[in-house]
Amino acid sequence: MSWFSKTFSSSIGRKLLVAVTGLFLCSFLVVHLVGNLQLFKGDGGASFNIYSHFMATNPLIRTMEIVLVLGFVFHIYEALVLTRRNKSVRPVQYAYNRPQDNSNWSSRNMGLLGTVILVFLIIHLYNFFWRARFGEPNMIPIEGTDYDDLYSVVVQSFHLWWYVLIYVLGQIALGYHLYHGFSSAFHTLGLNHKKYTPAIQKFGAFFSIVVPAGFAAMPLYFFIKDVVL
Amino acid sequence: MAGNNPNSKPMNLTLKVWRQKNSKAAGNLETYQIKDISPEMSFLEMMDVLNEDLLLKGIDPVAFDHDCREGICGMCSLYINGRAHGPERGTTTCQLHMRKFSDGDTITIEPWRAGPFPVLKDLCTDRSALDRIQQAGGYISVNTGGVPDANEIPIPKTIADKAFDAATCIQCGACVAACKNGSAMLFTSAKVSQLAMLPQGQVERKTRVENMVAQMDKEGFGACTNIGSCAAECPVGISLENIAMLNREYIGASFTSENV
Repeated sequence: MSWFSKTFSSSIGRKLLVAVTGLFLCSFLVVHLVGNLQLFKGDGGASFNIYSHFMATNPLIRTMEIVLVLGFVFHIYEALVLTRRNKSVRPVQYAYNRPQDNSNWSSRNMGLLGTVILVFLIIHLYNFFWRARFGEPNMIPIEGTDYDDLYSVVVQSFHLWWYVLIYVLGQIALGYHLYHGFSSAFHTLGLNHKKYTPAIQKFGAFFSIVVPAGFAAMPLYFFIKDVVL
Repeated sequence: MAGNNPNSKPMNLTLKVWRQKNSKAAGNLETYQIKDISPEMSFLEMMDVLNEDLLLKGIDPVAFDHDCREGICGMCSLYINGRAHGPERGTTTCQLHMRKFSDGDTITIEPWRAGPFPVLKDLCTDRSALDRIQQAGGYISVNTGGVPDANEIPIPKTIADKAFDAATCIQCGACVAACKNGSAMLFTSAKVSQLAMLPQGQVERKTRVENMVAQMDKEGFGACTNIGSCAAECPVGISLENIAMLNREYIGASFTSENV
């Protein structure tokens, strides 16, 4: 085996891949959140539709889309390999175990949280990405040009209470996943120092609350604004 | 002081102890009643009393690992009521006292559970996998000849302290036992970082971490997910920082060592 494949099939090498792809996916979350904040603009969706058109057609974004898919694939694949290996290490379980006395729930359940996020992601992609790319949304004229009216697709989806619930639950899972995952990724990369680690941990906690809260605010906003009120 | 201890009355306890004839046999939890246990006893002394009782009844005594009984050797183990070395932090099982329990308690006692630590008999496990990780690289090359002067090689106090903290690992295996993933990374990281921080450890630095991690994987230990239960249960307080250092050392060595 070459040194390269030996490194990346070792336990630490695989962890490294999960960490690097995880942090890359965090950067995607930021871009996705900031772009989607245009839903709140109150301009009938004009800027959101122009932004969606740009994201679907710009060659740089389309290339990054492939990198993003690879990021998800590697993150999930490596985590799956590690989880399966880790599960096989203890063939006989403890009859009586109290892990809650020595560790956080979220850190012990990254696989479960990741699976919930994956299910959410499939629902989310099917509803928005698939319909935007391959469906036939209505056209809407903005400043003389016709755009796909994705804004209406979003707004109408978020009028369904069960759909809003799926989104909120998905974001709660994401929050717990990030709460452990963000600072854990730095630890796996070996980036630990008494000057920086406390700041990384604080920022990780902040990130794990603000990002999912921002995403969850979108379905809640349209549901409360249009259905409840 | 015994007289001041509110819990100083002798205790009657119910023990659920893992019994297993040998590494091939299937085991099960047996329930034993034990009477008049002094709160001043250590957990292992309580086990001795149990074994005396069992011998009188003609039952095979419970096999458990122990040696120094003062928290130094790392030989004692036991998963007590769902915790490695019992409910008290920063102690080995021999340093755990019965005053931490109450009269009428039920105590479940199991061996370390991990594939690489096969049960030999009852509560004894084979932890030689850790020895093999150590042998794979946990050493330094030293010239024979005269004894070098003390402090011949200057080492900053902070580094010396950190290396010493890592060196306090007694290789008991509680980190593996407590880890959800059955990972030996806290152990391996303590051994790697201790030597990587000191000037004497520089000669084998890169090869050491590569070989020790390879051996750790070969023994079948799991991969760390930074849960932190290992450090929380470690009787000598080995810090999770060591694992970050192990990762750093391993990644660095993989990309820069001469070992293709």
